Amino acid sequence: MNLTLSTRWRPGLWPGAIALFLLTAVIAGSLTALGALSDTAFIIATLRDPYFFQVVRFTLWQATLSTLISIILAVPVARAYARRPAFAGRKILITLMGLPVVMPVIVAVFGIVAVYGRSGLLNFLLQPTGISMSFELYGLTGILLAHTFFNLPLAVRLLLPAWDQITNENWRTASTLGMSSTQLFRFIEWPALSTFLPGVIVVVFLLCFTSFAVVLTLGGGPAATTIEVAIYQALRFEFDPAEAAVLALAQLLLCAGTALLLIRWMRVLSQTSGRKSDSRARPDTGARAGKLFDFGVIGLCGLFVFTPVAALVISGLQGPVAAVLLDTDLWQAAARSLGIALMATSLAGIMALGIASTARFLVLERRQKNAKEGLLLAGSLTLAFPPMVIGTGFFLISLHLKAVDTITLLMIAVVNALMVLPYILRSIAPVLIDSGQQYQKLCAQLGLSGWHRFRQVDWPMIRKPAAFSLALGGALSFGDMGVAALFDTTGHITLPVMLYQRMSAYRFDEAAVTALALVLMCVALFWILDRSLSR
Amino acid sequence: MNFLKIDGVRFRQGEWQLEVDLEAKRGGCIALIGPSGAGKSTLLSLIAGFEQPNQGTIFVGEERIDTQAPARRPVTMMFQENNLFNHLTLYQNIALGCHPGLKLTEEDRELIETAMAATRLGALQSRKPADVSGGERQRAALARCLCQRRPLLLLDEPFTGLDPQLRVEMHELVDELRKTHALTVIIVSHLPHEVARIADSLAFMLGGKILKAGPADAMLSHPENPELAQYLRFTSAG
Repeated sequence: MNLTLSTRWRPGLWPGAIALFLLTAVIAGSLTALGALSDTAFIIATLRDPYFFQVVRFTLWQATLSTLISIILAVPVARAYARRPAFAGRKILITLMGLPVVMPVIVAVFGIVAVYGRSGLLNFLLQPTGISMSFELYGLTGILLAHTFFNLPLAVRLLLPAWDQITNENWRTASTLGMSSTQLFRFIEWPALSTFLPGVIVVVFLLCFTSFAVVLTLGGGPAATTIEVAIYQALRFEFDPAEAAVLALAQLLLCAGTALLLIRWMRVLSQTSGRKSDSRARPDTGARAGKLFDFGVIGLCGLFVFTPVAALVISGLQGPVAAVLLDTDLWQAAARSLGIALMATSLAGIMALGIASTARFLVLERRQKNAKEGLLLAGSLTLAFPPMVIGTGFFLISLHLKAVDTITLLMIAVVNALMVLPYILRSIAPVLIDSGQQYQKLCAQLGLSGWHRFRQVDWPMIRKPAAFSLALGGALSFGDMGVAALFDTTGHITLPVMLYQRMSAYRFDEAAVTALALVLMCVALFWILDRSLSR
Repeated sequence: MNFLKIDGVRFRQGEWQLEVDLEAKRGGCIALIGPSGAGKSTLLSLIAGFEQPNQGTIFVGEERIDTQAPARRPVTMMFQENNLFNHLTLYQNIALGCHPGLKLTEEDRELIETAMAATRLGALQSRKPADVSGGERQRAALARCLCQRRPLLLLDEPFTGLDPQLRVEMHELVDELRKTHALTVIIVSHLPHEVARIADSLAFMLGGKILKAGPADAMLSHPENPELAQYLRFTSAG
């Protein structure tokens, strides 16, 4: 729409410009700090160091293997869910598959150790048979197991919408042609699936590539160290900021390349229940073998995902609950985590809203579609700048300013805000722009602008996606350990770091209760934020 | 004295151009007719302020309005769709015509009641748009237009989706409101014979220009312009 001059120049550009300025200032500041410590000679020396190559190689290797395993397992599970769209408990199972996404990584690691560890549930159950699981959990095996735990359910949820692309007419045609289940997969399902797979592969790869807490806790030594963990070790154990800076820059380059691929395929990643098309029209749903296979893989996947959660709950309840819960350190750490989560979510929410409203202004009032796309892309910049890289820059700045202790919480909150910003932005921007397209003329005519428009029109439209993404952002920030671990000087700065410290010190009983408390607080925070904001 | 005066308005959109001069008397009703792409809706958008003319002026009474923001113009408009906010009740939608923040005075409340009574919506005030019929939705939009207390009402094919009987009823309601509230109405329609029941005059548009304008009866019974004659043949056939 091309409004009159007085409205054309309304300050519609400001919110996005301010948000983008903050974003670029943080990233640029962080990169400057990293760059200042990385002179050419040192970079060359680090690049020639065999340890550096080993770390990069292992980072790529574990991410590739984790991605392959997760995706190969996710395809049959997603297909089973798509082929059985109406069994009792399907909706709740798919919802629960989202649990690993919100679950603090360190808590999930605890659950995995409780199941697959030497004295874990699996060996306990196998004891009567005389069989013992002999694999070593600490090392590549543990990392792959944990990454599959996180990414298999995520990949299933991301792949399910692929089946919505298949129309009932396709199924009916296949039915009249007498196609077998294999032929259905080859000629109908695979073409739909193949448009989704690249995006899902890139997302899972990026998550595994930047995985920190899993590798830190299950890595088990220099042979199984990724770049992010190497950065942490360089800063915390060797106190070598220059090496950390070079590693962070290497991580940045590799991540930015992967993120470019992610952005290319981002538009196909949407989450639905996989129930839009009526798969009753499929010709292969009645076969007994197919049913057995589908419910078999759904059951195995459920078992794989929910057993660590159940083990976590059981061991938490069996631990010294009263002693841990009466410890004031735990509540102080929880309060700090809550403060960080609320600060991060508020900041990310405000920034996302600013960027989204300016994007809407650009596309509707200036008719600059490319500028809108560019702005939304810039808002997702942090996908290419891993939190650990930005955190390292911040850490070096605060070291230089001798202010590590005083600005720690703020720094962690800012980095967490940038971490969750792309997800919040991607969830509210499309709705805000759609609302604009629907009601722009009506609002202009009624004089609905600024706060009135936000309250009467925009907020009711974006409330649900905003509430969900802010709640998710809050839960992720609350349970995040990466940057907090970097800044930690006391061992109990936040609840996830406290849990890590207790696990590292082999205080498993206390750790079990702490893990349960942490996951319950995360779920409560998610629920409270989602409920209170979506009302 | 003309109430609305569109003088030498030019508007370009790529290769396409609209060139219009039009005048309307206070309390009158002009129907803009013509095929799709003729520029009817664009002309309404220019009057309402959703588009900015490259050249020319638009006056309502003594006031030049083409430099004003849409909400400041003495104009209110109904669209073919999206006239109501789906998440608000009919009452709230109508009340937005009084205050964009829904801060209503006693006088506003009385005005809303009157508008709802005039559009026969009394019992539906707490319903949401999805819970009422298409005709009731359009009546609510009309009620809001009344609450805005603007003298010029623009209707951009608002009754297109309704069944023929309901369309006639809505046209009659518009005519009634025009007379009781002294409104000047400009209505876009693809159904010249139907809209002629309430329009004093018709303006036939083609290729961004008004090719022929005049009293409705005369235009329909003796279409001297060949393009208009052809257009009327198609619309009466349809």
